[in-house]
Amino acid sequence: MAQAINQALADCLAEDERVFVFGEDVGTLGGVFRITDGLAAKYGERRCFDTPLAESGIVGMAVGMAMNGMRPVVEMQFDAFAYPAFEQIVSHVAKMRNRTRGTVSLPMVIRAPYGGGIGGVEHHSDSSEAYYAHTPGLTVVAPATVADAYGLLRAAVAWPDPVIFLEPKRLYWSKEEVTLPAPTEPIGRAVVRRPGTDATLVAYGPSVQVALAAAEAAREEGWDLEVVDVRSIVPLDEQTLVASVRRTGRAVVVAEAPGFASVASEIAALLSERCFHALSAPVRRVTGFDIPYPSPKLEHHHLPDVERVLDAVATLQWEDA
Amino acid sequence: MAARSKAPGVELLPSAEPVRLIEADGTAVPRRVLPGPTELRAAYRALVLGRRFEQQATALVKQGQLAVYPSAHGQEAAEVGAVLALRPTDWIFPTYRDSVALLTRGVDPVEILTLLRGEWHCGYDPYVHHAAPQCTPLATQAPHAVGLAFAAQARHEDTVALAFVGDGATSEGDFHEALNFAAVFHLPVVFFVQNNQYAISVPVSRQSVAPSFAHKAVGYGMPGVLVDGNDAAAVLSVVGEAARRAREGEGPTLVEAVTYRIDAHTNADDATRYRPDEEVAGWLSRDPVARLSAYLTNSGQLNVDVEAAIAAEAEDLAADLRTRLVAELPPPADELFAHVYHRPTQRLRDQAELLRAESEER
Ligand SMILES: Cc1ncc(C[n+]2csc(CCOP(=O)(O)OP(=O)(O)O)c2C)c(N)n1
Repeated sequence: MAQAINQALADCLAEDERVFVFGEDVGTLGGVFRITDGLAAKYGERRCFDTPLAESGIVGMAVGMAMNGMRPVVEMQFDAFAYPAFEQIVSHVAKMRNRTRGTVSLPMVIRAPYGGGIGGVEHHSDSSEAYYAHTPGLTVVAPATVADAYGLLRAAVAWPDPVIFLEPKRLYWSKEEVTLPAPTEPIGRAVVRRPGTDATLVAYGPSVQVALAAAEAAREEGWDLEVVDVRSIVPLDEQTLVASVRRTGRAVVVAEAPGFASVASEIAALLSERCFHALSAPVRRVTGFDIPYPSPKLEHHHLPDVERVLDAVATLQWEDA
Repeated sequence: MAARSKAPGVELLPSAEPVRLIEADGTAVPRRVLPGPTELRAAYRALVLGRRFEQQATALVKQGQLAVYPSAHGQEAAEVGAVLALRPTDWIFPTYRDSVALLTRGVDPVEILTLLRGEWHCGYDPYVHHAAPQCTPLATQAPHAVGLAFAAQARHEDTVALAFVGDGATSEGDFHEALNFAAVFHLPVVFFVQNNQYAISVPVSRQSVAPSFAHKAVGYGMPGVLVDGNDAAAVLSVVGEAARRAREGEGPTLVEAVTYRIDAHTNADDATRYRPDEEVAGWLSRDPVARLSAYLTNSGQLNVDVEAAIAAEAEDLAADLRTRLVAELPPPADELFAHVYHRPTQRLRDQAELLRAESEER
């Protein structure tokens, strides 16, 4: 996946001279995850460059650049280090279109490695999607596949609104045989990754792999589970989610962020409202605990895994069916 | 190796005294080059219009027509001088305090007050006036000026970006980040600190113990200049030089205009709680409008006829503002949903539909 993102950035830089890639250590080093590897060398230090160490400055500068016709793509080094830029994101990135009654749009992308599962020390494993998703004006996407990492990023750079692009860091090293560019669905579309008839697992980002593994394991229990990859948290493809759950009559939402006031909560509420009469059981959420992200030695307790997903599936009132 | 005559950075330091070209009584400071008569007369006109605009806006608050008005009474010379020193194609990044700057830029007075009367949007088209929306979260517009200048440079335009900042806002992290970025990337930016002595109630002594805000420039490796913010001629000259440097590729400058806010922070503020009347009186005697008027009159550059014509223009502006601001209707509620994304999401379309149905019922 890392390579797919790199390829997407390279193609954007090659095709559109308004695109600039910048952040901390993205130039010579190629980023701490090497996502921007080789871009500075290939496209020049004016197009891919290191900034002073200041997240608010990075995002604030991107705002001014986008106001003046550019398409900046900035990297936040880690999820939890984007918080200094939060004010810029909430007060300006999200609102500029609104504040100017549509005259100033900010086509920019804020990339952030997010989520846990890589044994990171504290401040290196946050799932911060709810903060962004809660803020009107931001588009929030999270790829779960190699093809989507490429396709969604290309779409994000071309998107007329600012996009928060959440890169599941534990999938950086995932490998799939895909020839890029591979065709992918647009922003705003969810995708059924695995069709099934008995229940729907809804997931995004790193949790999609967990859901797929759970669906595979569930076959032994005699359950045929559908897996829907949300892909685009904002705008959310309510239609695909609702259609799936109306068909299966049962749903479990899987995400690793703390569950309270989360994207998973929003999806669960939405499905309850829109599918109530088709449901055979309450919509369940399988999320991280409501705790600060735990230490590497304990993170496996926190992260939703196949077992926990199957346990939730088991509670979906099968005997009444 | 030859010894350096000065320690590195010394050439970046501001002078101990603010640059002043015209004294408070209107006499010219000896051996100083003043801007030309056309420029000064334009500044005078802008000062008079700005002052009248301020008074009208303040009155509109008292009449309940404006939600709030942060007056810049006393600071007009700083705002007028900074804007007139730039080209119309240069960008300004104003705050809620900088209505006179926008007026000087040619923005319609009603549009300037749109935000302050409580609308959700900024009222004017930033691309028409090369003016960003008036910014409320302190110092957050400064990095935008940096980014705009970066893009201008990438486009090979000689645009300069000027960010207005208050003395209190210099304590914010974004102020630091913006100066540092502008210096590191060597960008055409002018940071214009209007030191009006207070951030709401907090005096400058509680913001910083630096000798001046202009001194902060040295730490970023850019020149800092102190200027008398009540002297429009001096501001024109100092910001003009900073803009020239920026345009010619010499990088950013930090300018501190030393001035005073005569009115309270806003109508919600009781300024008598934190500053003595004598202090205000002292600054009233340094009034920027009277100062330039005296200089121009004494030097024969302004006669009663021109003065009267400008005064009449100011009255017209105020009358027109009163009539139109009161008559202006709020935009249709549908617009709330129209400008959140480039295309409203299904959710927003549903919510717009709900609101439409609600308003039809009522
Ligand atoms: C980030 C932020 N914190 C607090 C406020 C509330 N606030 C509005 S104006 C103000 C004082 C600002 O003082 P200064 O920067 O000196 O500008 P002035 O109002 O004097 O022009 C404060 C604290 C704000 N607007 N933004």
